[in-house]
Amino acid sequence: MPVETAAWRKDEPREGYTVGAVADRAGDFGSFEELAMPIFAKLYNFAHWLTQDRATAEDLVQETYMKALRGFSSFQQGTNFRAWMYRILRNTFLTTQAGLKAWSTVSLDSDSDGDTPTEPAASETPESVLLAKLQHDTIQNALEKLPVKFREIVLLCDLEEMSYQEIGETLGIPIGTVMSRLSRARKAMRTLLREQLQGVSR
Amino acid sequence: MTCDPWQEKLDAYVDGDGPQDSSDLEAHLRTCPSCSADALGRLKMKRMTQAAAARYSPSPQFRLRIEKSIQKSRKPLWAFGWMPTLAAVAVALILIVASAALWLRHSAREQTLAELLDLHVATMASANPVDVISTDRHTVKPWFQGKLPFTFNLPEQQNSPFKLVGGRVMYFKHSPGAQLLFELRNHRLSVFIFQDQPGTIPLAMGVTAAREMAFNVETWSESGLRYVVIGDAGPADIHDLSELLRVAGRS
Repeated sequence: MPVETAAWRKDEPREGYTVGAVADRAGDFGSFEELAMPIFAKLYNFAHWLTQDRATAEDLVQETYMKALRGFSSFQQGTNFRAWMYRILRNTFLTTQAGLKAWSTVSLDSDSDGDTPTEPAASETPESVLLAKLQHDTIQNALEKLPVKFREIVLLCDLEEMSYQEIGETLGIPIGTVMSRLSRARKAMRTLLREQLQGVSR
Repeated sequence: MTCDPWQEKLDAYVDGDGPQDSSDLEAHLRTCPSCSADALGRLKMKRMTQAAAARYSPSPQFRLRIEKSIQKSRKPLWAFGWMPTLAAVAVALILIVASAALWLRHSAREQTLAELLDLHVATMASANPVDVISTDRHTVKPWFQGKLPFTFNLPEQQNSPFKLVGGRVMYFKHSPGAQLLFELRNHRLSVFIFQDQPGTIPLAMGVTAAREMAFNVETWSESGLRYVVIGDAGPADIHDLSELLRVAGRS
């Protein structure tokens, strides 16, 4: 069964990361706008990955910015602004119907080691072979299929390059849970990728 | 498998979140082709995921919408930033007005007491300080009948150190009033009684003691009459006479 080519639409230019680097004004804590707008594109990308829909993602980002703006006075200077914003976005998402539905697809105790998804023996498809065959769209497809709970942690770690500490702050979980969930998420991702590649090669 | 403990550490190592000293793991990676390939694979996977995940961009219209909504709500915040200053200015103005009013009131009160003090001093200097001489309240009080638009009670002098010398009609703020002269040892004390006019006489209604030019003063208002006791006696004596007058006034 041929894998459907990536849902890469022309009207969606790739994330350029060209947003203004405003926040690094020395000694200036900055206004909400100065802090929040540089991460706008990344937050939107994250929201779109969570919701899988442009309009819903826009609503989510808008609500996040409004909530953050209202709560900005209570935001503690010196704490992690990015983690704070992502946490608001994610918590807002989880209160939506789509968020609740997406979240419930993974059992709550799935962070425990006993529930590790089985990974095919490495000999079936060696990592090097897997990687060689991997393409952009294959990874995107796998990410889409990944349960939200795994998708968000992979995105925060690999895309946003957050530290485990920052991820823990964003998701509200201890570092140990961050590590175990991330490990499980990557295993699930590899399994999905293998399935896709094996589907192609058949 | 001997590599299992190392495998568990590979993710954190690749994510740059491993322990600060990763020399053990790095030494193992140099000698173990399987683990080093695994680490490299994970790193490549991370980079590929990073590239593939940067997928969605917000539309310029949406960015504009967010920017506008932030700026819109920023205006009241900006205005709010001036609130403390405005409040401080308002408080300062209120304080200035209030203290000016208090000062005016205070100076008006000083002026009133000074006028009464002048009357008292003038009486002391006069060869005929009183128009009615008496040692008994029953001759003084009737003397004022027909001369004043009000009446007042005088205290009993028995068992009292205060001796009523006499009285005279005085004018204060264009109204007639009674000036009574009492003697206490060698001191002479004036008691002024006139109709209280809260608008024109800036003295508090309750009992107020004051000191003017080394004279002691006690004043109060009762039943529409203003009483002012002035003399060079001590404040306790002034107060005692005032108490006697208050008791008499209520009887």
